[in-house]
Amino acid sequence: MSRLNRWENNRSAWLFLAPALVLIGIFFFLPVFASLLLSLTDFDIYAIADSANARFIGLRNYTGLLDNDVFWVAVKNTFYFALIGGPLTVAVSLGAALLVNARLTPLKSLFRTIFFVPFVTTLVAVAIVWRYLYHPQYGFFNYMLSWFGIDPLQWLGDPQLAMPAIILMAVWKNFGYNMLIFIAGLQNIPAELYEAAHLDGAGPFRRFRHVTLPMLGPTFLFVGVITMIGYFQLFAEPYVMTAGGPLRATTSMVLLMYEEGFRWWRMGIAASVAVFLFVIILAWTLLQFRLQKESA
Amino acid sequence: MKSQTATRVLLYCALAIGSLLALLPMIWMVSASFMQPGAANTYPPRLLPENPTLEHYRTLFTRLDLGQYLVNSTIVAGIATVLSTLINSMAGYAFAKLRFRYRDRVFRLLTLGLVIPVQVAMLPLFLLMRELGLVNTYWGVIIPALASIFGIFLMRQYAISIPDDLLDAARIDGAGEFRIYWSVVLPVMRPMLATLAIWTFLATWNDFMWPLIVLSDDTMFTLPVALANLAGERVQDTELMMAGSVLTILPVLIVFMVLQRYYVEGITVGSVKG
Amino acid sequence: MRRFPHLGLLALCAFAAACGSGASGQDRTVTLKFWGLGREGEVVASLIPDFEREFPDIRVQVQQIPWTAAHEKLLTAHVGGSTPDVAQLGNTWIAEFAAINAIQPLDSLIAQSNTISREGYFPGIWNTNIADGHVYGVPWYVDTRVLFYRSDILRQAGYDSIPQSWDGWLDAMRAVKRVVGETRYAIYLPTNEWTQPVVFGQQKGASILRDDGRYGAFRDTAYARAFDFYLSIYREGLAPVQGLFDIANPYQEFERGYFAMWITGPWNIGEFKRRLPANMQDRWATAPLPGPTGAASGTSTAGGSSLVVFRGSRHQEAAWKLIEFLNRPEQQVRFYELTGSLPARREAWQLSQLADDPHARAFWTQLQRTVALPAVPEIESIMARVIEHSETAIRGSRTAAQSLTALDADVDNMLEKRRWVLKREAP
Repeated sequence: MSRLNRWENNRSAWLFLAPALVLIGIFFFLPVFASLLLSLTDFDIYAIADSANARFIGLRNYTGLLDNDVFWVAVKNTFYFALIGGPLTVAVSLGAALLVNARLTPLKSLFRTIFFVPFVTTLVAVAIVWRYLYHPQYGFFNYMLSWFGIDPLQWLGDPQLAMPAIILMAVWKNFGYNMLIFIAGLQNIPAELYEAAHLDGAGPFRRFRHVTLPMLGPTFLFVGVITMIGYFQLFAEPYVMTAGGPLRATTSMVLLMYEEGFRWWRMGIAASVAVFLFVIILAWTLLQFRLQKESA
Repeated sequence: MKSQTATRVLLYCALAIGSLLALLPMIWMVSASFMQPGAANTYPPRLLPENPTLEHYRTLFTRLDLGQYLVNSTIVAGIATVLSTLINSMAGYAFAKLRFRYRDRVFRLLTLGLVIPVQVAMLPLFLLMRELGLVNTYWGVIIPALASIFGIFLMRQYAISIPDDLLDAARIDGAGEFRIYWSVVLPVMRPMLATLAIWTFLATWNDFMWPLIVLSDDTMFTLPVALANLAGERVQDTELMMAGSVLTILPVLIVFMVLQRYYVEGITVGSVKG
Repeated sequence: MRRFPHLGLLALCAFAAACGSGASGQDRTVTLKFWGLGREGEVVASLIPDFEREFPDIRVQVQQIPWTAAHEKLLTAHVGGSTPDVAQLGNTWIAEFAAINAIQPLDSLIAQSNTISREGYFPGIWNTNIADGHVYGVPWYVDTRVLFYRSDILRQAGYDSIPQSWDGWLDAMRAVKRVVGETRYAIYLPTNEWTQPVVFGQQKGASILRDDGRYGAFRDTAYARAFDFYLSIYREGLAPVQGLFDIANPYQEFERGYFAMWITGPWNIGEFKRRLPANMQDRWATAPLPGPTGAASGTSTAGGSSLVVFRGSRHQEAAWKLIEFLNRPEQQVRFYELTGSLPARREAWQLSQLADDPHARAFWTQLQRTVALPAVPEIESIMARVIEHSETAIRGSRTAAQSLTALDADVDNMLEKRRWVLKREAP
């Protein structure tokens, strides 16, 4: 290729990239950087009125958060949701994938669609429906419990039950997405491996443990990472269903950030919460990659 | 053969129960939307309406302006989908097939952005929108959705598989790079474009947090924001809320049902190759 | 290839629609944006046609915002530069919005007005609209909290009326509890409302904040004693430990006798009449709040909403016309009849059925004994903290003293910026 052609390739390449890069640069990376700066100030409603009222305070927002009970509750809640909800979602997705993909299953694409429908639905709409399903007196879930003689539960009103209630809903809503990925992963496992194991006398459980699971390794990592990253960003469910209560039991980090930032306009603090969240997500993702590498 | 029948029975049971669990909330939602006012708040709860009525749907469209919210959502999701598909596919193609300096370094930097949760950007983004006068406008909602790192990633993944000879042949014929993109690359990428388009449409239709922040006039609300607003006021009107939920979910469910082949393909392609 | 031109056309249409979304009407008419909150926001729309008929070149667009999202939406609108022209504002927010220069001082407009003047309004309420020596809002309707109760259940327990002192009141509640039994309660005190603990505190003489709003005063003896009284109602099983979201339909529960008393506001006069069946209508009544030492100490909140004009409004005269209109005695009466929200203008009380309504009498009495919240911009978030810390004590995860100490620490922290700004501005 002549030098003229390569140069032209260069120019057109940057033209192709320009819209995307400019948009992402200005409307994503720039605000992210600004958040970092904002987190080092006490920018608040006074500063909105008069920007001279914003002071540079270094890391005081961060130390303040570390001292703040509500912040730690939010961190704990976020981890609670992610570490219980995440694996649960992955397990249910795998189960659903195995069901749909099983040799004897009829109408595979019908069931695949049925299981996927919850994922497609609008979260706000679904959260509202589930709020009614969780109603202590008129909700369908307590009604079903009464069939087994169990007393009605205060699903969203009991600080101990509120987060499990939200986790349940999240698992229901999200398992379909991972299920599709698992199905693709399952279909990529060569049939010969199963045949060989069968010839060696392995029953279905052993085949699952020694063929399916290892071959799904990379899929597990992918599913695990994207699920966790998504779950760390819990916001809409508590916002719509519980307003972060009862007693802050469902206040997640993003909900806290929203409250601090848009309800009280303590933007310095809100930005620090966001930065903390980023650090947590980054650390966790790296951890997951490392764990996977070591187990492989 | 007996064990096969037993397995079959177990399998069918599992499928039936699973389907029921997956669909039960939706079934109740639709059913309650047709119930008489107050009928959903009774004990024991009913699964089917006794005296089905359309009044909640009527109320939503006449008194509560749902038509306006539908229009808003359609405009926002529609424009975002069309433009972002174009923008992301151009960038993805460039990363995959055009050779230029720093290509791999820039791409790697970009993927780093995938780990940053979008909420980190929201506060300053809001202030930026204020400076640009885009608060409470459609563009204020659309613009942040126009370029997505994930979308570029997906496009690049697919574009890599385009045979180079195809492109070189067109270059030898003297075609400019954009012409090649428009006439050769886009038709080949059509399945993936469809996937990305559906994905973007779903994501922007369902998006909640950013429209909640940036839209203040209720005439501008998209459906999820309007629904959350309604839920704040009418918490006692269960049946009305269910009707609102049905109308919010229905369009996106229809789009998905009709085009699910592309959507599913995209997820699996993106994941297996990644 | 054939697909793209169609897509292009579609995009162009949508593009045009998006650009035209902010287009206004003709140039001669002024369109005012009015934000109403909660039920009042819903109802005010029916008063607008008369206004538009009288002022044919002013159109009013009413938007209704739920109370739960109102504060954040108003602040976000101010920061985002998308405020309406006129809005209803909870009067506890006036100090905050004045401090951030969001709303317009109305002194000169009031001085020139024929309809609006200080004398027509309840003094305690008018004062809540003053910040920095200027009037920033006109009271629209007033709100205070009184006791709604089941007169039949109370009679069953041996009481013809609510006792006026705390001791007497507690005895009455205990008597009610004996009558209704284990699974029902004497009173509903939502655990996530700040009005109860704060009102009890103020009745005891607590100042809530000290030093011109520079520090919290929740550990003061007066507040602590009141807080103990508040907690004792739960501890004795007289009130269920449930919050606002836990009882989906309090009207149904009131009807069923799940609780016999409820401290709530004037909008419920209308709601009770609407939602309770006909045979219940002579079985409930209202009474002013009891106080620690009898009737005179039974103060309540100086609440309500005011109408404000935003500084960013480009139609300030038109906005003021709307405010004057809504404050005419006849309009106040009409508004009251539609919402049950009590008029801020005393004249309207005499003109309407309020004069004869037995349920409203308690409110008239109570409105003579109201105490405002400290007028600092942070007051809303301070009240949110009050809720949080009170709940920990109610649910037993902390002792009363611990929760008040924690609350004061929180509040002192929150007021640090105010102390700094005040010092900066001090001469």
